[in-house]
Amino acid sequence: MALDLVPLWAAILAFGVFMYVLLDGFDLGIGILFPFAPDDAGRDTMMDSVAPIWDFNETWLVLGGVGLLAAFPLAFAIVIPAVYFPILFMLIGLVFRGVAFEFRHLSRRRHYWDRSFFAGSLVATFSQGIVLGTFVQGIPVEGRDYAGGTFGWLTPFAVLTGAGLVAGYGLLGACWLVLKTEGGLQAWARRKARQLAIGVAAFVVMVSVWTPLIEPQIRERWFGGEHPLWLWPVPLVTFALFVLLWRSLARGRDSTPFVAALGIFAMAYLGLAISIFPMVVPYTFDLWQAAAAPNSQAFLVLGTLFLLPIVLGYTAWSYWVFRGKVKAGSGYR
Amino acid sequence: MLDALLLSRLQFAWVVAMHILLPAFTVGLAAYIAVLEGTYYFTRRPVFLRLSKFWLPIFAVSFGMGVASGIVMPFQFGTNWSRYTDLTADVLGPLMAYEVLTAFFLEAAFLGVLLFGRERVPPGVHFFAALMVAAGTLLSTFWILSANSWMQTPAGHAIVEGRFVPRDWLQIVFNPSFPYRLVHTTMAFFITTAFVVIGVAAWRLRRGRHEEESLVMQKMGLGLLAVLVPLQVVVGDLHGLNTFEHQPAKLAAMEGNWETQARMPILLFAWPDEAAERNHLEIGVPLLGSLILGHDVDAVIPGLKEWEPQDRPPVAITFFAFRLMVGIGLAMLGLTLAGLVLWRRGRLAQARRFQWLCMPAASLGFIAVLAGWVTTEVGRQPWVVYGLLRTRDAVTPSLTTGDVAASLAVYVVAYVVIFGAGIVFMGRLVRRGFVAAPEPEPEAPAPRAARPLSGATRTN
Repeated sequence: MALDLVPLWAAILAFGVFMYVLLDGFDLGIGILFPFAPDDAGRDTMMDSVAPIWDFNETWLVLGGVGLLAAFPLAFAIVIPAVYFPILFMLIGLVFRGVAFEFRHLSRRRHYWDRSFFAGSLVATFSQGIVLGTFVQGIPVEGRDYAGGTFGWLTPFAVLTGAGLVAGYGLLGACWLVLKTEGGLQAWARRKARQLAIGVAAFVVMVSVWTPLIEPQIRERWFGGEHPLWLWPVPLVTFALFVLLWRSLARGRDSTPFVAALGIFAMAYLGLAISIFPMVVPYTFDLWQAAAAPNSQAFLVLGTLFLLPIVLGYTAWSYWVFRGKVKAGSGYR
Repeated sequence: MLDALLLSRLQFAWVVAMHILLPAFTVGLAAYIAVLEGTYYFTRRPVFLRLSKFWLPIFAVSFGMGVASGIVMPFQFGTNWSRYTDLTADVLGPLMAYEVLTAFFLEAAFLGVLLFGRERVPPGVHFFAALMVAAGTLLSTFWILSANSWMQTPAGHAIVEGRFVPRDWLQIVFNPSFPYRLVHTTMAFFITTAFVVIGVAAWRLRRGRHEEESLVMQKMGLGLLAVLVPLQVVVGDLHGLNTFEHQPAKLAAMEGNWETQARMPILLFAWPDEAAERNHLEIGVPLLGSLILGHDVDAVIPGLKEWEPQDRPPVAITFFAFRLMVGIGLAMLGLTLAGLVLWRRGRLAQARRFQWLCMPAASLGFIAVLAGWVTTEVGRQPWVVYGLLRTRDAVTPSLTTGDVAASLAVYVVAYVVIFGAGIVFMGRLVRRGFVAAPEPEPEAPAPRAARPLSGATRTN
């Protein structure tokens, strides 16, 4: 038991959740943008651009959930009951959007499944934002159980983070379309990306101002005695990425906007991690208190360190197989 | 009394029962498609490509539904069974995480290539993708059944301050009931798929269409069933003996056996009465129970009265579910033998009565899988970890009756819509039939208007 695996597990889990947010973020974003597309052909192309990979993207959510269960079971046992209904809505949303990929081509009422794709994506994203907001605000605990009520998650801050995540995933989706499409659809995606960039910037500012007011730990970390100097790069880099996003959209670049949007998500994620660390059931249990038995973490870490690079390898290969621009009807072969 | 505990149990039963129908089909179908792709790759006989292209869209729809309904499952442990999670996750968490790492990513990454990549990768790589998807479904079966079996026959752990902590991972993963459950369940999944395959072939044969494809399907299905169905009878019996050894109360409920007795009969029918602690309307074969379970007519078999009423599983559900499963198994055996005889006589295509029977038989595997699952899970009650943790101590304490009633209602409505639509759409794919001609090479221009990308429309 000499080796403390908790920091490694925290890093693996953070990586898994981050991969989920990035990858499913853009394909949920496609769902959020879906009804606003210029025409049906555009919608088909949007769907084509993620059809071969959405299932894979969503698997990171299962890894995040099960990874939390395996590495920090107490956190899973307290946080998930605290967001009972947001989790329900997220799951149902994901079900309705997931089946839409296949069902809309088989149904005689395609618009039902188009709506199901949009509504499912929107509800799932908003619910994930609610979960995030609830987590940041802190969860009432008694003993080893959630001690709040059924609607403890329904707070203004959580609604703000929910709306913020909708804008954020929408931005990722729009930038993905800038990368993967061309012509009229790409021009439309570029306009949407600029509108959403303004929205996301506004949400980032609001959440950044509000978060330190929630919890003394967070205030102390960002504005207290010794840390602030080396934390300055976080807001500065975020600002620079927004500038990069804006200018690359204006100059008609294809891939830079997507990279910049990913970078903005990375910085926001890093900012939250800095605020919350080392809590995993804010603000009652830290990572070490919620950790699984060292034996369990050790058993799993060996396989994970071996398997995760392989997973990333064949993922990269599968993205590479479907590289390049999605052309209208290119799926038919 | 409808409380949060009972409603949570109903909710879990509902979401897992609906979900299990999909792996029951896709585990076998993934392997079947891999066999078709492989046979085509090595023999270049076009019929195998046509068959694979017929089944791939159906696989895409059922697999998509399986993924969507599968994501729901792990979160149930958090939303409704948080005490269970807190107490058992040190043991079970890694097994579930290994399922994600070894199986889900593998399936998901290679599924895209299998469905959409036929023209984007070399044929050998496409066949490899089919193999990887099939391997993923089997690895998933391995891990989730290991976790499930540990709840039935826990081993390799210690209990520290009420929580289960791992001591020996080999004993945990390969706990006493796991090898039997793994083989029995995997074979059940393959048998389920094979009956769907011969059922679909029968439907097409009776309409006098696509005789070549349909006969190939039916012979492949029957060939597999000729091996698996008789073997399943043996494996099922061994699984039962394993249950008798490790979970005798479950076995007593399966057999409706109240009294500890030698010369125990096997009941063909009975009406268990839990209040009176006896059966009504018993019809049984004398001595056979002791003979099967104890290998001796004088073997003493413990009855339900050995356990306090609060330690007994619900008898009637376990008893009838078990009989339903065994009854279907015997019907499958009969149908398989009939098919083999007709095949040998070269009369499969003309055997209209047999083909008529094969169509409803496509559903038999699903019913048997559900019945077997009910037998083993209801028979595990009142425990969630057998003999160690009661189901009532596993539920999330903060839940109210209203919370769970609302979420259960949402799951029921959502799944009725999704599964209803899915069945209708898969029926349409079956009716659409085979692509008429052998596939032209990719350079050939697409004759019809471009349609968007989905596994169901684009797997050709």
